[in-house]
Amino acid sequence: MSTETEVERDIRAPREGHYTLRGVIASEVTKLRTERSTMWSFGVLIVLAVGLSALASSLTTSHWSQVGFAERATFDPIRESLIGVFFGQFAIGVLGVLVISAEYTTGTIRASLAAVPRRSRLLIAKIIVFGSATLVVGEVVALVSFFIGQALLQSPVPHATLSSPDALRAVVGDGLYLCLLGLIALGLGSIIRHTAAAVSAYVSLLLVLPIIIALLPSVVSNDLSRFLPASIGHSIVSRIANPHDFSPAVGLVVLAIYAVVALGVAGYLLVRRDA
Amino acid sequence: MHRLADLCQDKRAPARHSNGALGYLRTFAANLRDFSTEEAERPVIEVRGLTKRYGDKVAVDDLSFSVKPGVVTGFLGPNGSGKSTTMRVIMGLDRPNTGTATINGRSYHDLDWPLREVGALLEARAIHPGRSARAHLWMLAQTNQIARSRVDEVLDIVGLSEVAGQPAGKFSLGMGQRLGIAASLLGDPGVLLYDEPVNGLDAEGIRWVRNLLTGLARQGRTLFVSSHLMSEMAQMADDVVVIGRGRLITEAPMDGLLESSQQSFVRVRSPKIDALVPILEARGARTSRAPDGSVNVSGMSEATVGDLAFEAGVALHELAPNNASLEEVFMELTEESVEYHGAGGESR
Repeated sequence: MSTETEVERDIRAPREGHYTLRGVIASEVTKLRTERSTMWSFGVLIVLAVGLSALASSLTTSHWSQVGFAERATFDPIRESLIGVFFGQFAIGVLGVLVISAEYTTGTIRASLAAVPRRSRLLIAKIIVFGSATLVVGEVVALVSFFIGQALLQSPVPHATLSSPDALRAVVGDGLYLCLLGLIALGLGSIIRHTAAAVSAYVSLLLVLPIIIALLPSVVSNDLSRFLPASIGHSIVSRIANPHDFSPAVGLVVLAIYAVVALGVAGYLLVRRDA
Repeated sequence: MHRLADLCQDKRAPARHSNGALGYLRTFAANLRDFSTEEAERPVIEVRGLTKRYGDKVAVDDLSFSVKPGVVTGFLGPNGSGKSTTMRVIMGLDRPNTGTATINGRSYHDLDWPLREVGALLEARAIHPGRSARAHLWMLAQTNQIARSRVDEVLDIVGLSEVAGQPAGKFSLGMGQRLGIAASLLGDPGVLLYDEPVNGLDAEGIRWVRNLLTGLARQGRTLFVSSHLMSEMAQMADDVVVIGRGRLITEAPMDGLLESSQQSFVRVRSPKIDALVPILEARGARTSRAPDGSVNVSGMSEATVGDLAFEAGVALHELAPNNASLEEVFMELTEESVEYHGAGGESR
């Protein structure tokens, strides 16, 4: 082989080792950072969630004199300040879906899988990167909403600090709640692969399913409604628990089980199906 | 060429090394067998008994072929003949119903450094429109631990350095194609798979792609390039694999394909053509009469036709060799496949 070129040497003596999850994670971070839509969505999510919480809190303060005694008794300053996070769950859901469905609609998935043929590795990297990003964003949104909300809830309106009972649980739990919902959305996006359909499924899960269950006889609906993400979210941020709901900790575990199931099915299908 | 140490090394399953002396011996025997039967050149891409169905539709039907190292192999077939499907299966994007596709003896799924071993440009675009060309390449490079400097290198090779920061959604078809080619070169791979690389490009773009591919081939890389434009392949390919309706029609060196074609003929015009035809046929030529009175003689060189006419005292008014273009060969080959399938009546 006298004419051995560099290329031929490369073919014969491949590099040691193999590509790793670490490289794939770095790649997913780049993907998330360099998609303008994603960064915009995160930004809008933070601003709107915090803004809505602030708005709700300041409205409560300005209208407190007109609030009835019964309502005053059940008023929950922690929940009030975290109202915006409920809005955030939809933005997080859209993002979670897009993390994978956008790869299908744009065709990037083929380039991604050519670079990372072990598909489970690609999904795991997405889970790690998007999960971490939403956890951070979720906690920041919850924390900032809480502080701004409490600052705007002025006497005589009751307000809380982070050391108030249940406050820390509500704030930390809310961030986790957002993160888990984001991962469920990621699973749905990967299973359904079409952005619009996956977003519809996600919104149905949060909004339509509760309506359907509420229409059932209360014997049935009381048993079922605790399994709804919305009920779990409610129990996390509420001082006064609904007797039929799970406790915040159990609720988060249930939500985590949903995420694991959704991502498990997503992983199975990702490996099985044609790209 | 094969050193003893190489023969003892098992290229297919390094894990077997741990089996001790017996394992070595077995490996040695297996490699010796490979060496003696296979020639020294092992195929780079090997497709065996590949069948891929989408629902009821059979896209690829029991397809087998191999691609030799260091040459350009054209992958030809009409639109919808299963070329893209085959490439997707080779790349591990689609799962075959039966059969295997390997690159350097392994399935794509099992490659250690996919982008360093194989570069691919698949037919449909695979770029997020909101991401810049540089970001697209960088996120791909990271998966295979390719240096950041290589991103700028490949951008330079394809001439996209100036627009590297712009969103890929604003790119023209030609620029998108260049970006796809840049991505395929990221890992400086020895094997390149290009699906319809000139599809939709203007003349300038086509020339650019052709020059680039020829250059890559000259560096000793293995190129597997699909096209439905036969004329493109005629200028580039050393070998061709022709498929029709998902089946292999022929697998041959380009030169051999052109020579063996029935479309290579000599056109003969003569006032005494009726006297000449039996003489030519007696020497093994096939003849057919054209509507304008000339006769097309195949299976005989124009020199032989001229000599025979001279010996018989027949004056020739025209003696014109007509070499088949790849286009014609292709039409001829795929026509047969269509007829075959029609008669078989098996496709649903």
